[in-house]
Amino acid sequence: MLCAAILQLLLPISERGHKLSLVVKDLSVDHGAIRAISEVSFTVETGKLSAVIGANGAGKSTLLRTLSGLNKATEGSAHWGDHNLLHGKPESHVRSGVSHVSEGKSVVAELTVEENLDLGALWRRNKKEATESKKQVLELFPRLDERLNQRADTLSGGERQMLAIGRALMSKPNLLLLDEPSLGLAPLVIEQIFQTIRGIVDTMSVTVVLVEQNAMGALKIADSAVVLNLGRVAATGNASDLIADPAVRAAYLGY
Amino acid sequence: MIQILNTTLIGLTSGAIYSLMAMSIVLVWRSTRVINFAQAGLALASTYIGYEAVQLFDNYWIALICAMLAGAAISAFIEITFMRILLKHTSSGPIAGVAPIIATLGLLGIIKALITMNWGGQDVVITPPLSNTGFSIGSDTLVFSPMKLAIIVSVALLVIIFSLIFQKTNIGLALRASAYAPEIARLAGVRVDLVRTLGWALSGASGAVAGLLLTSYGTGAFSPESAEFSLLFISGFIAAVVGGLDSLVGAVIGGIFLGLVTAFVLMYISSSLFFIAPFVILLLVLFIRPQGIIGVKAGRRA
Repeated sequence: MLCAAILQLLLPISERGHKLSLVVKDLSVDHGAIRAISEVSFTVETGKLSAVIGANGAGKSTLLRTLSGLNKATEGSAHWGDHNLLHGKPESHVRSGVSHVSEGKSVVAELTVEENLDLGALWRRNKKEATESKKQVLELFPRLDERLNQRADTLSGGERQMLAIGRALMSKPNLLLLDEPSLGLAPLVIEQIFQTIRGIVDTMSVTVVLVEQNAMGALKIADSAVVLNLGRVAATGNASDLIADPAVRAAYLGY
Repeated sequence: MIQILNTTLIGLTSGAIYSLMAMSIVLVWRSTRVINFAQAGLALASTYIGYEAVQLFDNYWIALICAMLAGAAISAFIEITFMRILLKHTSSGPIAGVAPIIATLGLLGIIKALITMNWGGQDVVITPPLSNTGFSIGSDTLVFSPMKLAIIVSVALLVIIFSLIFQKTNIGLALRASAYAPEIARLAGVRVDLVRTLGWALSGASGAVAGLLLTSYGTGAFSPESAEFSLLFISGFIAAVVGGLDSLVGAVIGGIFLGLVTAFVLMYISSSLFFIAPFVILLLVLFIRPQGIIGVKAGRRA
């Protein structure tokens, strides 16, 4: 980590890893006649964890679904490095290093744990690298290793979330979009999942956009954050600044 | 005793053919959630292509493979040029559920008209490659013949090949994932549109084999108006529903079940129930276990 940081400093400023940042500009998305998100702009630096928080219906999931190609944007732009996220289907985005774990434990219930993991790497030509990824994922989530041949719907909620994240990692992403991984999980399990996500950012140099209703939990592990309210950006900045911000505290953290 | 054996073997043979048609229907249902009535016409068209191949190569088994490939190609073609566009335009609104079904009925009409234009309405014959004279046990002669044995073996082979594809290959994993959870499959990088076309192709192949074997079950004669072909689709559909509509294993079990029950009803109750027995089975299944004999209840995912 330190070596990488020093190397970064030696590079000319224009090449300092900014190439791969996520830049969303004036993004608007309509659901029929309803504007789900409106003129949303924010930037996430490479290797950072950004939380997107806000109440139910604030447009958080729509934002992620648009970035991964599941929803169509009405206006604006979104780039991951040189890659235009508003063009092409999700299956092409995956090939460019963008993986999306959709809301509600996105695993295929009828498949086994191992099949769910393999699914994430089907498109990869280099099978040796895919095997390496699987080893890495199973080291990250030893619980999955014990349950490889079990059907995914026999797993607990927390294990399913691990499997969903594991499946996304099998595609070797450099941008990981996570939609409410804490949904419906016990507090202790949430804590564990959040720590794992932080670990993925720190050790695998993956950039993460984490959509959460659990605002406090997300802000604690995030580097930066975007607060959405009724489809618009209400606040953005460092996670620690936002935690300290009285307005954000009152509206989203509940104290 | 010999009669029970006879009835069982006859039931197994027709059941095997129903299984293939049921598999064909299930494959399309799984990949696009459509009941495709045009499959009755597709099986017929593939059988006619099999007939041409017999003229050309003078070999039934090569013709069977030609029919399979043709069935796969036509089915994939229909998915790409017709169904994909249709489903896109009717994905919402009050006609969403009905439009594709009506459209496949129209397609069935078109396919049948094209067949009649090309081959005429008269019977053509594909001579069965093996004898249809029954095996003998001592002084008794069975209805079960070498040809019927070959039908069962062919179906068994195809079922084994299909299950190997589905369970053991990457393509099979993509097919299953796309069927169960298309959105998650796409997010995992599976090209779901391509996989869907492949599902239709496999369905076309399975239907083609069902069609050709169906002719060899009888004398080998058939025409665009053959009642057997209309019944083939209906029996396949009933077998698929019995098996839960979502499961290939279910389709095979459903087909065999339907074949056996029909054979026993015809033999022991009345042969005039030929058209009624399958529908009674369908109604019983829908009343008692609408999810099918081995189907999974809907709403399995939260």
